[in-house]
Amino acid sequence: MSEAVIQVENLTKKFDDFYAVNNISFEVGRGEVFGFLGANGAGKTTAMKMLCGLLAPTSGKAMVAGFNVFGQQNEIKKNIGYMSQRFSLYEDLTVIENITFYGGIYGLTNVEIKERANRLIEMHGLGEVKNHLLVSLPLGWKQKLAFSVALIHRPRIVFLDEPTGGVDPITRRQFWESIYEAAHSGITLFVTTHYMDEAEYCDRISMMVDGEIKGLGTPAQLKHLHRAKNMDEVFVNLARKKEFIE
Amino acid sequence: MNRFFAFIRKEFLHILRDKRTLLIMFGLPVVQVVLFGFAITTEIRDASISILDLSKDHVTRKISNKILSTGYFKLDKYLDHEGEIEQAFKEGKVKEVIVFGRNFATEFESGNARIQLIADATDPNTGTTLINYTSAIILDFTRGEYPEAGMFQPVALESRMWYNPELKSVYYFIPGVITIILMIVSTMLTSISLTREKELGTMEVLLASPMKPVQVIIAKVIPYMILSFINAVIILIMGKTIFGLPMEGSMTLLLGETLLFIIVALSLGVLISTRVATQQVALMISLFALMLPTILLSGFIFPVENMPLILQLIANVIPAKWFVIILKDIMLKGSDITIIWKETLIMVLFCVVFIAASVRNYKVRLE
Repeated sequence: MSEAVIQVENLTKKFDDFYAVNNISFEVGRGEVFGFLGANGAGKTTAMKMLCGLLAPTSGKAMVAGFNVFGQQNEIKKNIGYMSQRFSLYEDLTVIENITFYGGIYGLTNVEIKERANRLIEMHGLGEVKNHLLVSLPLGWKQKLAFSVALIHRPRIVFLDEPTGGVDPITRRQFWESIYEAAHSGITLFVTTHYMDEAEYCDRISMMVDGEIKGLGTPAQLKHLHRAKNMDEVFVNLARKKEFIE
Repeated sequence: MNRFFAFIRKEFLHILRDKRTLLIMFGLPVVQVVLFGFAITTEIRDASISILDLSKDHVTRKISNKILSTGYFKLDKYLDHEGEIEQAFKEGKVKEVIVFGRNFATEFESGNARIQLIADATDPNTGTTLINYTSAIILDFTRGEYPEAGMFQPVALESRMWYNPELKSVYYFIPGVITIILMIVSTMLTSISLTREKELGTMEVLLASPMKPVQVIIAKVIPYMILSFINAVIILIMGKTIFGLPMEGSMTLLLGETLLFIIVALSLGVLISTRVATQQVALMISLFALMLPTILLSGFIFPVENMPLILQLIANVIPAKWFVIILKDIMLKGSDITIIWKETLIMVLFCVVFIAASVRNYKVRLE
């Protein structure tokens, strides 16, 4: 693994006496596509929010893009991109207005925004619809645009919270291509998903069950360890707490 | 600062693209002012009356003419006998019947003349007002005919209606309308627009950006502050030009207090949005939980002083109550800050409480 851009050590989040995230540790390297898997309620969103500086951890250590999640949240936010599971663009704004807005709140200058917006529009072939309201675009385009917008300020890490929820398989496939492209340019991608087939596309994955990381490694390693044919079986094994690992 | 402008620009785009918001923001004030100014009026104008004149002499004719020439009353018809009185009321055609006794002119000379005023009190306020108007006109006539008669009266009563001598209802409706509109626009629209970001999931994206939460909220609130202020000015101009609303006090003070009330309403909207998850709930709360108490307990339509003690106490926590007092004091009485400092302070207090509560709720959510 190349230099680590996310380092997590014994990170814990406690709500009253419930451990949403219990003592997790892992590292993610530069340019890696890291899959963060788990059932709903397993704690992956809570963990991700702590790494994005949206939620204060109860205890443990975590460095994101070289900054501490305790006290340096603002520095972290400048260096990461975030795309939520629901739509993170405004449907009542046009393509260009959305790009301008997100560029603006990340503090880009007007010149930078213009230049990056033009390149982005050209790259995705959005020239004809750049002044159309987003609501009129097909879902796949909106998604690609949302991803590009999350990259507009050239973050070191992008957090994607279930980015492919409710999208058809072809669009999902295309979306993963843009993820690889970003990874090749050195951006680290932290992706949560519960589509087990998508887990196969990741360089490495972690599997969370009840707030703890029960599996961590490349898809091939995990399958081998669990004597499983596919990630689905790995997941079912882990969820049943058959602890083959260690 | 660039971030801030990018945000405010986007917020204006949302507002301008949403026809319903625009309608609420600019259609509502016009409709309300016209509605309250013209339609809902508590003044008497052209009230339908009947006269039963059992004497039909020169004095009763003079009095009748005087009453009918004021513009307050309009004659439905002359009745012929007492049996017709009840019929007239039951048909709902008249609000008041004036009965002159027999041999009125002769009795008038000797000081024993009798007039009976009967009003339809199914609407008690109108009934009382009609009786008061008529009595005043008759008294005025008697004084004119017999100036010396005044000397026999033990007390000479002389009333003046200050600050609104013509008792124009629009004078106290306009401050009420301004209050209601500002409450709707500021509280409802901000709470909805903030919860919309939550519902769409864009709030998370905004919070994950380097913009601080407080910057996000202020940037979202500023467009509504500007629009609410423009709105208040539009209503004031309408009040002044269409209804001749007086402006006795300082315009600067009035606009300053208006801005303060807008901030109170906005912070209430922010507070609501920190507690609810969906636009629908935000709408319900701002509409039903706020609008009704605001209309009923602000003293805008019903005087708070006449309410049961418990309601009077509740009215104290309605920010609109204090703003209505301030508006009326400045516009009608020409009061300055030395007179309304207490009400102003109370509004500042509301503002502080709402903002503190919002910040607290917000922190709880993040922890």
